[in-house]
Amino acid sequence: MAILTRADGTPDWRRRTPRADLLVWAGWFGAVALTVACFQFISDRTIWAFVWDAPAQGADLVGRMFPPRWSYASQLWKPLLDTINMATIGTALAIVIGVPLAFLAAHNTTPSRLLVRPAVLFIIVASRSINSLIWALILVIILGPGILAGIMAIALRSVGFIAKLLYEAIEEIDATQVEAVTATGASRPQVLGWAIVPQVMPAFAGISVFRWDINIREATVLGLVGAGGIGMQMQASINVLAWPQVTTIFILILATVLVSEWLSARVRHAVI
Amino acid sequence: MLLTIEGLTKRYPTGDLALDKVDLQVPAGQVMALIGPSGAGKSTLIRCVNRLVEPSAGRVMLDGVALTTLGSGALRRARRRMGMIFQEYALVERLTVMENVLSGRLGYVGFWASWFRRFPRRDIEEAFRLLDRVGLAHMADKRADALSGGQRQRVGIVRALMQDPKLLLVDEPTASLDPKTSRQIMRLIVELCAERGLAAIINIHDVALAQQFARRIVGLRAGRIVFDGPAEDLRAEGLTAIYGEEDWSQTIRRAEEEEEAATESAA
Repeated sequence: MAILTRADGTPDWRRRTPRADLLVWAGWFGAVALTVACFQFISDRTIWAFVWDAPAQGADLVGRMFPPRWSYASQLWKPLLDTINMATIGTALAIVIGVPLAFLAAHNTTPSRLLVRPAVLFIIVASRSINSLIWALILVIILGPGILAGIMAIALRSVGFIAKLLYEAIEEIDATQVEAVTATGASRPQVLGWAIVPQVMPAFAGISVFRWDINIREATVLGLVGAGGIGMQMQASINVLAWPQVTTIFILILATVLVSEWLSARVRHAVI
Repeated sequence: MLLTIEGLTKRYPTGDLALDKVDLQVPAGQVMALIGPSGAGKSTLIRCVNRLVEPSAGRVMLDGVALTTLGSGALRRARRRMGMIFQEYALVERLTVMENVLSGRLGYVGFWASWFRRFPRRDIEEAFRLLDRVGLAHMADKRADALSGGQRQRVGIVRALMQDPKLLLVDEPTASLDPKTSRQIMRLIVELCAERGLAAIINIHDVALAQQFARRIVGLRAGRIVFDGPAEDLRAEGLTAIYGEEDWSQTIRRAEEEEEAATESAA
């Protein structure tokens, strides 16, 4: 905000000083120039013949993918169930570990802001910074291929997600409700159970169901690295170029995600 | 003397001196209004009594117990004797009316009993009796956020009474309510105090309401008590001492008129 003085001495108001105006303009100019330069750089390293060929290649692949091989579905029910189980059990495990972590991390409920909170925040960041697929790669080496590695990978990634979103919700609660319950002579655990938990319940339900929804989708790819579920079938089908089977898998995954999406919307609606 | 405050001082970490060596005595059964401009330390004073705010210096004695030196367990037991009523009601919005009322008993039951909502039968009977007394028995199973402002404040009052207190600490009970509901709530608080022989410290902005409902008025200005006397004795000089120079003639006359209007509407 800039209040200037006109030549006749009366005050004038503009959004920015002339200097700030110039800086903003230069910023925009720089951003556009950088975009053009980046495009040039990428273009130089692209083999455009392949790109112009892409529509034909795409059409060819789609042609080989249709019609889907429906008879293959009978072999997919078991891996599909594994996928859903991996997501569900992994999410449940993450909730069991993540909820206490959230209460230890939130600055209004942590037992120690100097020791416990930073340690827990580190655990949360560590868990969140590694993608489930990478967790799965590591766990397949440690635990061997199979559904257990998948469950653990999903749980390890989700702990940080759930704990982070929940501790943020805990920090945003209305403090006067906490004050009121404290004033009755309630103990700290009672204040937690009566003033804090009721306030974060909608957030908790929303976060858990949202993460389960994400985990269903993540679980479908974990099989690519050998962590069980429908992804293993997909990997096997792609390896032998059985494209009609891949289409069947795609359709099943799409249907599962649609159902999980619908279910989580229902749960969120019921709790709030 | 039920409550004795001696040399109570509170300096916030920001350096603001909210209370400056306050001395105050409240006998059992006395309803006292605490008035003063915003930032005079009214809220801090009642929060220093139940130690939601830790005083920097001074002593607070309730019924012979020095509250200011208690450890956390003993403080929780002492807090049961001081019911608190809040400006924005401070009900736990997502719990039912009955749960909010029973939360007044948290200091008397163990953690697991309270977690599973297993309260002694006489607590539940008392809760129904009090809800009936304030005209909300039919709302017991409603969620607190479904109630109107006046109804919520009644629930807040019942929660405080459930503690079986000797003293009520009341923080701006009418600031969020319309004039008619404000009068009803103040009347209810004063009546309940009389019925149960409770003392009360009522922080209030509205001088007219304070004069109408409290026998004794204490004026706080910049953390010091500058007026302490019967409600009738609060005149222009007193108001000037509390709030500063202003034409108070209208305020005092308005107070008397409103009182008449309120009696008429009640009749």
